[in-house]
Amino acid sequence: MKQRVLELVFRILFLIAALASILAVILICIFLFANGFPPMAEIGVFDFLFGMDWSPVDVPPSFGIFPMIVGSLYVTAGAIIIGVPIGILTAVFMAKFCPKRLYRPLKPAVELLAGIPSIVYGFFGMVVLVPLVRELFDSKGASILTASILLGIMILPTIIGVSESAIRAVPNSYYEGALALGASHERSVFFVMLPAAKSGIMAGIVLGIGRAIGETMAVMMVAGNQARMPDSILEGVRTLTANIVMEMGYAADLHREALIATAVVLFVFILIINLCFSLLKRRMK
Amino acid sequence: MEKKNTIESSELVDINSIQAINRRSVRQRLREYKKSPLSLVLFLFVILAAVVTFAVLLFLIGYILVKGIPNLSLDLFSWNYSTENQSMMPALISTIFMTLLSLIIAVPLGIGAAIYLVEYARRGNKIVGAVRMAAETLSGVPSIVYGLFGMLFFVTTLHWGYSLLAGAFTLAIMILPLVMRTTEEALLAVPDMLREGSFGLGAGKLRTVFKIVLPSAVPGILAGVILAIGRIVGETAALIYTSGTVAAVPKTPMSSARTLAVHMYALTDNGLYMEQAYATAVVLLIVVLVINFLSAVLAKRVAAKSIER
Repeated sequence: MKQRVLELVFRILFLIAALASILAVILICIFLFANGFPPMAEIGVFDFLFGMDWSPVDVPPSFGIFPMIVGSLYVTAGAIIIGVPIGILTAVFMAKFCPKRLYRPLKPAVELLAGIPSIVYGFFGMVVLVPLVRELFDSKGASILTASILLGIMILPTIIGVSESAIRAVPNSYYEGALALGASHERSVFFVMLPAAKSGIMAGIVLGIGRAIGETMAVMMVAGNQARMPDSILEGVRTLTANIVMEMGYAADLHREALIATAVVLFVFILIINLCFSLLKRRMK
Repeated sequence: MEKKNTIESSELVDINSIQAINRRSVRQRLREYKKSPLSLVLFLFVILAAVVTFAVLLFLIGYILVKGIPNLSLDLFSWNYSTENQSMMPALISTIFMTLLSLIIAVPLGIGAAIYLVEYARRGNKIVGAVRMAAETLSGVPSIVYGLFGMLFFVTTLHWGYSLLAGAFTLAIMILPLVMRTTEEALLAVPDMLREGSFGLGAGKLRTVFKIVLPSAVPGILAGVILAIGRIVGETAALIYTSGTVAAVPKTPMSSARTLAVHMYALTDNGLYMEQAYATAVVLLIVVLVINFLSAVLAKRVAAKSIER
């Protein structure tokens, strides 16, 4: 009898533990939306999302986050342009070109790339990339380009990891069939295996987009953070994430609420990206 | 009898000699590339990308170490932080406390959830799908959103103020999906044979889980926990507005404290303490290197074990 009660108690405890993550998602949604929608309504949804002017401490204040939305999209696009080709090609190398002896140290190296804290990436960008871009292009240094390069590096491990396992999941008979038809090793890999691994690689890219758009500290340290529309990729830009971190410390009242609303916009972006990712993953199976 | 022997002798042929036929010499390869220049271009691109990736990693680590190690001094490890001496000792101690607290909250929850998903839930259970989706959503949420949620919920609504505890709960939610997923994989890797054996000997479900399944899954679970430690140690954005940035050794879980990563952010923020920031970066990087090494060793042990079986 005692045994049976114990079994039941633990069964319920495990169930509660399983429900914890659902509870966490619900709490996050409730608290963000409950605190983020009222200020959006107060400012006016259109003025907030598409307003060009962010001057929260002026009288009267103005809360337009469009430059930040554009900023986030620019640096994310830049990161994709730089990170995706290098990432996919490196994944091809890891899966199909790398000798076994080299693979053993390189695989943990990719994981290490994922483990380095974003603040260290940001610091590296600040002391190496910013001066480099300043010298090379004779500009201010902290810019869309700098942030894109840094983010491109930061999303590499995500793209390499997911793409590599997608390539490895392609049946070997595809490769052998291509070879038997006279294709070279490279042609078989690129024109037979890569197309077959397409949806897995897409999932990796989408995951990388999520990483890039949500990255905060590293971007803030190299992007310049000017809250206005940029004219070229050598100009500074502020992302949604940087806007929150930079101003939350001293913001009050509507300004503070507007920052939470900024987080809601970011959160909605992330939810859409997550949805795309799960759809792609389902298609993979 | 005769037939069996022939099979065995054919198996005796050295496999390496067969593969050697397939291996191409450099000259052969060059001839092939001459026939198909596109292959050569693709090959060069692949090599170039791999070189860039690993060169960037090496350069980053090398640069931080070379520039940072000379800046490490004993003063940076003295007990008190002051404006004259930006000691990282309080931040180090806070980091350890933060890590322990977050793990105490997240690991039991994560392991319990994984046990439910793998051992208890029946196939087609609706809860499983919902939990999986929730965990997937959580693992995609950016750390700044966690930070804001922690500030709104733990700091403001629960009136905990900027505190270690608020930070630890925020981080616990953040690492929960990671712990859950790795534990789930570790549990799934335990062969059903063990469970059946345990049931066959008359053990109940609970005893089977705790005495048979969990012990054999420990290395896999540990590898996940170590990865989670890496996330905690490196986290900044989720902590600035939950545990605050006070640079003193925390006295209670309710006191505000900055971890090493937040400490580094505070040092770089005003641009005055770059040398100290370099030193902190070295310490952070070494911690990350050790953590990655440990989890790789553990993962290798898991892999070796599963091959044995």
